[in-house]
Amino acid sequence: MAGSGTAHLRDPEKTILRAEHLVVEFPVGSTGLKVNAVSDVSIDLLPGETLGLVGESGSGKSTTGRAIMNMPRPNSGDVIFQGKKLSELTSTELREVRSNMQMIFQDPISSLNPRRRVANIIAEPLKIWKRGTAEEQKEKVNTTLEDVGLDPSLAASKRPHEFSGGQCQRICIARALVLDPKVIICDEPVSALDVSVQAQILNLLQDMKERYGLTMIFIAHDLAVVKNVSDRVAVMYLGKLCEVGSPDRLYETPAHPYTRALLDSIPVPDPKVVPGQFARLEGELPSPVAPPSGCRFRTRCPNAQELCAQVEPVMNEVGPDHFVACHFPIHDMSKETPVNL
Amino acid sequence: MSTPLLEVSGLSTSFVTDRGVVRAVDDVSFSLDRGKTLGVVGESGSGKTVLSRSVMGLLPKKNVIRTGHVIYDGVDVIDYDQKQMSAVWGKEMAMVFQDPMTSLNPVMKIGKQITESLRHHLGLDKEEANANALALMMSVGIPEPAQRLNEYPHQLSGGMRQRVTIAIALACGPKILFADEPTTALDVTVQAQILDLLDAQQRERHMAMILVSHDLGVVAGRTDEIMVMYGGKVVEHAPTAELFDNVKMPYTEALLRSIPRIENPSHTRLEAIPGRPPNLISPPKGCNFAPRCRYAQPKCVESEPPLITEGAHSYRCWFPCGTDENREALEKNMAAGVSVGISTTGGA
Repeated sequence: MAGSGTAHLRDPEKTILRAEHLVVEFPVGSTGLKVNAVSDVSIDLLPGETLGLVGESGSGKSTTGRAIMNMPRPNSGDVIFQGKKLSELTSTELREVRSNMQMIFQDPISSLNPRRRVANIIAEPLKIWKRGTAEEQKEKVNTTLEDVGLDPSLAASKRPHEFSGGQCQRICIARALVLDPKVIICDEPVSALDVSVQAQILNLLQDMKERYGLTMIFIAHDLAVVKNVSDRVAVMYLGKLCEVGSPDRLYETPAHPYTRALLDSIPVPDPKVVPGQFARLEGELPSPVAPPSGCRFRTRCPNAQELCAQVEPVMNEVGPDHFVACHFPIHDMSKETPVNL
Repeated sequence: MSTPLLEVSGLSTSFVTDRGVVRAVDDVSFSLDRGKTLGVVGESGSGKTVLSRSVMGLLPKKNVIRTGHVIYDGVDVIDYDQKQMSAVWGKEMAMVFQDPMTSLNPVMKIGKQITESLRHHLGLDKEEANANALALMMSVGIPEPAQRLNEYPHQLSGGMRQRVTIAIALACGPKILFADEPTTALDVTVQAQILDLLDAQQRERHMAMILVSHDLGVVAGRTDEIMVMYGGKVVEHAPTAELFDNVKMPYTEALLRSIPRIENPSHTRLEAIPGRPPNLISPPKGCNFAPRCRYAQPKCVESEPPLITEGAHSYRCWFPCGTDENREALEKNMAAGVSVGISTTGGA
């Protein structure tokens, strides 16, 4: 990607969720042009796994998350959840499947209805799906509130404005967990929070993942945060995947120049590390209305060649569980085998 | 040594609200020399933004109580009215705000927004101002500057808009630049570009800078000194290298520990700071940070630690990190089963 390909996908038998060749386009007014938000992205998840999806604003990571929920349905491509193809389902069936997939959003305060009480907010999914009696629902709300670290006797009857941002995010997490979903898609869940609160929420998500046996897609632009929570990381650029791999490998030996540039941009909390010793990524994201031909990253890539403008690179394995879509991946000098183009 | 460019002493700023008086900045003192950079770090609500606005005199007069001294180039400007301050703004002190979309006027062309201060403060005529604006746009790295001058803010990306606000701030050649979370709204790659730009401009113009951020990573490599704020007070102030090598204040230590580090293996448990910042209407009697501190002792709750100064390093703590007292305090807390500082529960 920034090419296509599915080399990084694993045995479909083992995956709980699989998205193949997702394409999402938005029309630009009535001009006939379209925004290529997500162009042929494939990802999969094993049960209990956390996939970190990173990229800059406009890379299509949030749109990918929504396309997996079929909110809205992707223009083409398929999402297979527990063996069911979501594109073949009617909207009623889709709603039922979606109760197993929940989302947590970036801004906890605006994603809660300010006029409703916390207990109502969290109980609503249970009411919609008619899970249990009123008594049982109340019980479930209370245990979920406790799980996310809020005291039900204090929190249940309050409204969102009485809570801080971190507490609101706990409420959002409780709302997402109350239906016992299989998959949670977290869309930048900590980027609106202070670093001290961010750590609380990240730890909480980790605990909830273990307690509820969740599979998670974690969308974020902060690579350090993504590394901390993920079992597998996928880097996106302008609607395409660049690189997929286990976090420890991908951060240690990034093969895609874009991943390298992202890693080099992170400010290090250590005064001995002089900023700006690496070449900066110049310029900004090109327009997704008319993305560059071939590799979409080539306009900002320090290693771009003729080939990059003509042929779109596809996913290639460069190491164990490490895939990159680049014609000229950064070589690990210790490795002898040349990369197969 | 000559007198510092900016000397702030005992600056306090309070807001009068219906629910009581909020002491947003409490007895803050620091000084800044020409060409130096001071980092101000803290969580939301720690008073770092109010501090920079208070120093610049940008707060409304109504319901704001401001005491102390702001001595700029030998003159105390604390009692200046808006008219007197407007001679200082732009030419002497300028500010880059956090959100480049809301700090630009959406219905005014970019060129006009830059030339406005040039014409007002420097009395340039239209042509000179336009030529200056073009040069500024080039110096902040905006491609096709001539064309951009005729565009509106919404036609630019976030990073470009922030470059424009930097151009506006630099227009009249200020001696101090206040950068209030200048990169918080931006992507990490653009953040790096903007911070590099600020660095380069600062060096070129020999400007002093106050870089406000919640991210210790942003200030670590780019400042000479760092001031950590908590609950409106300065809780630690030291030269940057000294601060990172020899953290004294448990709050700073806790902040550093709660950052996810790229060099750690994935799934490393983060050390979160439990609880939330203090209520500034009725702050706790003792140390502000005591309720969240893993080393807190009865003494911390009862009496507020003074600002202790050791050479260039000052901090506010009875049991500073790296001392025997600190180790004993932690051991006592551990023995008593108090595990503040590592728990995830507690209301974030």
